[in-house]
Amino acid sequence: MIFASGFFASDPVHTAMIIGGVAALVSGVVGVFTVMRGQSFAGHALADVSSAGGSAAFLLGINPLLGFLGMAVIAAGGMELADARLVRERDLVTGIAVGAGLGLAALLLYFDVTFTSTTGAAVTVMFGSMFSIPPTIIPLALAVGLAALTISALFYRPLLLVSLSPELAEVQGVRVRLTGLLYLLVLAFTVSLSAMTVGAILSTALLIGPAATALRLAKRPGQAIAIAVLIGVGATWGGILLAYDSFYWTPGHGWPVSFFIVSLIFIFYVIVAAVPERIWLRKHGVSVRAGVDTRTGSA
Amino acid sequence: MMHQEGEVLAVNQVSVSFSGRTVLQDVGFTLRAGEFCGLIGANGSGKTTLLRAILGSQALDAGSVRIGCSDGGRLPSRGSSIGYVPQTKSLDPYMPVRARDVVALGFDGNRLGLPLPSRARRNRVDEMLKAVNASHFAQQRIGNLSGGEQQRVLIAHALVRRPRLLLLDEPLANLDMRSAAEIVAVLHQLSVKYLITVLLSAHDMNPLLPAMDRVVYLANGHAVSGKTDEVIRTDVLSRLYGYHIDVIRVHGRVLVIAAAAPGDILAAIEKHPAHVAPVP
Repeated sequence: MIFASGFFASDPVHTAMIIGGVAALVSGVVGVFTVMRGQSFAGHALADVSSAGGSAAFLLGINPLLGFLGMAVIAAGGMELADARLVRERDLVTGIAVGAGLGLAALLLYFDVTFTSTTGAAVTVMFGSMFSIPPTIIPLALAVGLAALTISALFYRPLLLVSLSPELAEVQGVRVRLTGLLYLLVLAFTVSLSAMTVGAILSTALLIGPAATALRLAKRPGQAIAIAVLIGVGATWGGILLAYDSFYWTPGHGWPVSFFIVSLIFIFYVIVAAVPERIWLRKHGVSVRAGVDTRTGSA
Repeated sequence: MMHQEGEVLAVNQVSVSFSGRTVLQDVGFTLRAGEFCGLIGANGSGKTTLLRAILGSQALDAGSVRIGCSDGGRLPSRGSSIGYVPQTKSLDPYMPVRARDVVALGFDGNRLGLPLPSRARRNRVDEMLKAVNASHFAQQRIGNLSGGEQQRVLIAHALVRRPRLLLLDEPLANLDMRSAAEIVAVLHQLSVKYLITVLLSAHDMNPLLPAMDRVVYLANGHAVSGKTDEVIRTDVLSRLYGYHIDVIRVHGRVLVIAAAAPGDILAAIEKHPAHVAPVP
């Protein structure tokens, strides 16, 4: 059954759709830059480390978004301070940060479960549980999302230029390192939002999946962002709907929203990746180039 | 040095060293408006270092670089007085950026805020794409273009702000002969039409010969410069290298050959180890 009755009347659904929509929107915009800059792993690392913050928030009884956000920002600052220039070195620094963050999360989640008997904390922090998000989070989520979008819009051109070639950007007077730092901050904002939605571990799926699909379809950066947002928001709201319906498939036990969101994103990607690129882009490169060849050949 | 009429670039006795090793020593030359100059030397002879020194992104141990009439320094405004095409690795085919977007980023890519549609930008981008003969693939993704096509787009990117001086770092490396000849022809046209001074580094000068007015030849950290025919000569290059060099012209091509027996080169190395450079 699709569209089980009461979907739009349910308060948890409202909250889930707002938080999920904001997270998917911001992830779509920022994810395109993440994939272009080759920083998927950094995004994943920030999310993993942020899980320690989410776990701490449960322990302290504070706004979980604040926990995710605080820890992600600290991790972003740490990764910037490490200032690893080589790709291999950057991978190592990122990997070590992931280990440290998840280790801390393991400790805090253990305390959550043993001291405060919030048995669901581990699943909520790591894999999300959207129907239990308290609506009090909405204002902070909107503020964080707005900040991420504003910085992205402000640094849109320098970010594109640095993604294309840091050397070209530098010649034009772009402050490459400052741009990178601001971008990392925006990434921290973004993964903390998606950690609220699909959980810290799965937040990379929301960040990378729609963007990677969009990059196969789009010719222009603006177009890529629009497609990534559409896929992300579509998958998130679709996932919420399916999860709501799933209460009626296996009565009494709904399936997790995150499962549906991530599955939808995955299915989109597989479909797009299976179709040859020239069909999406309507490339006439081959024929155009052949035309030039003939012209110069006869001249 | 006195400022001369039409002088676009003056490099004065520039020296650069990295951790004690001298890369450039007392390198000096001047270029005037519209000149096409090859910067020739073997790998590791300091070509990129010299270009970076001119750009202002390499600190000098001694000497000065003057662009146009103003005294150089680390000015951000160099971005609009110098166009630069760095040595590129091929670009990611999945970058959702068209050739014309790359040129537009050359126009105002350093500005903050979203790029609102602008007729001035649009016209200038169209003009530059046409000037490098790239209009027919302007809508293609940059990563899907061939090496020569990408190079032409990067030249348009570098020139869209109308600089007077264009620096290119090994733009012909990794290109087949035909694409290399096309790039040289495009650059020659641009230097004539817009009176742009072109300084282009290469390890092989032959593709440049049809267009090259002047040459700066680097070896041993030293440079000789002048009109092509004055520099590419047996006596001049032999003095620069520190051992006998033959310059041979065959069917309009130039071959620079270490004509000495290997023993002579060894003897030269023993005499002045720091002054013997490999032939490109």
